[in-house]
Amino acid sequence: MKYTLVALAGMSVLASTAQAADLDIQIQNISHGVYFAPLFISAHNQDMYLFKLGEAASPELQAMAEGGNIAGLAEMASAMGADSVENPAQGPMSPGMTVMTSLSTSEGNTWLSVTGMMVPTNDGFVGLNSWEIPTEAGSYEFYLQGYDAGTEANDEIRGSGAPGVPGLPVLPFFDAEVGQNGTGVTTTENNPVVHIHRGSIGDTDMQGGSSDLDSSRHRWLNPVAKVTVTVN
Amino acid sequence: MNVLNNKPMLCLWVCAASLSGCFDGNDNNTAMTPMPQPEPEPLMVSYEVTVDNLTQGQPLSPITLILHSEGTLWEIGQPASVALEKVAESGDNADLLALDMAMASASGEGLTMPGNAQTITINIEDVTNAYLSVAAMLGKSNDAFTGLNAQGLAGLMVGESWTLFTNAYDAGTEANTENMASIGAAGGEGFSEVRDDARNMVTMHPGIVSMDDGLATSALTQEQRFDNPVARIRITRTQ
Repeated sequence: MKYTLVALAGMSVLASTAQAADLDIQIQNISHGVYFAPLFISAHNQDMYLFKLGEAASPELQAMAEGGNIAGLAEMASAMGADSVENPAQGPMSPGMTVMTSLSTSEGNTWLSVTGMMVPTNDGFVGLNSWEIPTEAGSYEFYLQGYDAGTEANDEIRGSGAPGVPGLPVLPFFDAEVGQNGTGVTTTENNPVVHIHRGSIGDTDMQGGSSDLDSSRHRWLNPVAKVTVTVN
Repeated sequence: MNVLNNKPMLCLWVCAASLSGCFDGNDNNTAMTPMPQPEPEPLMVSYEVTVDNLTQGQPLSPITLILHSEGTLWEIGQPASVALEKVAESGDNADLLALDMAMASASGEGLTMPGNAQTITINIEDVTNAYLSVAAMLGKSNDAFTGLNAQGLAGLMVGESWTLFTNAYDAGTEANTENMASIGAAGGEGFSEVRDDARNMVTMHPGIVSMDDGLATSALTQEQRFDNPVARIRITRTQ
């Protein structure tokens, strides 16, 4: 009987902090020269996460970070009962662009996560890992860092967005910004876990050099995104 | 229920009638002049703002402080005002100090060199819920600046201090060529109305590349490189 009472008390506490919520979410790309590929925004329970600093990326995270493909993360989140928004901007987000979306969360999905590939990079992404959604109504503002998935060498030369295949995926909308015939900045990635991205190097040679990125255009300093969550 | 509902109505009606009677009486009684109210002493509100330059090699231009009740000095993703552009490209803060929205403004003196700090006092009467905005150029850059954008001061009580760390922004009004011709501090042209940046909007600054990191046409060296944060701003309400 005692145990039952304790269990019931515990459940009531959980219930009061695990309520459903209506959220308005704004995410802005505040970088000077880097695009965001489709964002994946998810409100989920405590057992789920999209990435963890210091831990190896999941294959789903790798596909997002190397090629901008969020389908795997979306499928995983759906299987976990998460409430998610896929690609709210319906395309890439250029520097300065803000996307606004709404998310109704079910009971228990009190943790908010976001990922989106930063392009052009090898495996850079903007991320938010399990921010606890406040129960108090109000507007909450914070900033996000650029992460490195740790799954691909940052060679900074044209290549593929397929997981495990080297190089930068280059899409038509930013093709003209990216050089050619770079020899590659590096062939190794010695930190295989998710970490803060060291930034791109780039160079000044559009027809060679070590990097196909432009050192005056594609570098960034953290933070890279501004988030405003309004709890209604 | 009806009685309960009618009671407040009745009361309001009676009050209104008695008030109107009272005003009528005053209007007709010229002997009853209103007592002159003594001017209330103005409440002097004073802030000391200390800005520490945390960079290795970026002098900060004369620091601008503005107290205002509405508006912002800039908005990420939107074009910079010409007043802000002048600060970001040349450090000239005359226009910013004279902004219409400023209820009070103050300027630091001269440059605040790396590793140094400057304390500036700004005063205002009777307003304790103003917004504080701060702006200064990172002197050896094309159009980098740092500052605070509409920091609300309502919660800052006398004797209290807040410390904030600020990032470097790019005004988006000039391409980051880093070459001598475009950087005032390197002997070139500072402010130019031409907006030749690829993106005419305020964003985070991508950092200085420098001649030491492969940008052969750069007038800047590794010393001018920086990372966020670039300044520490301590706000103390002294009265």
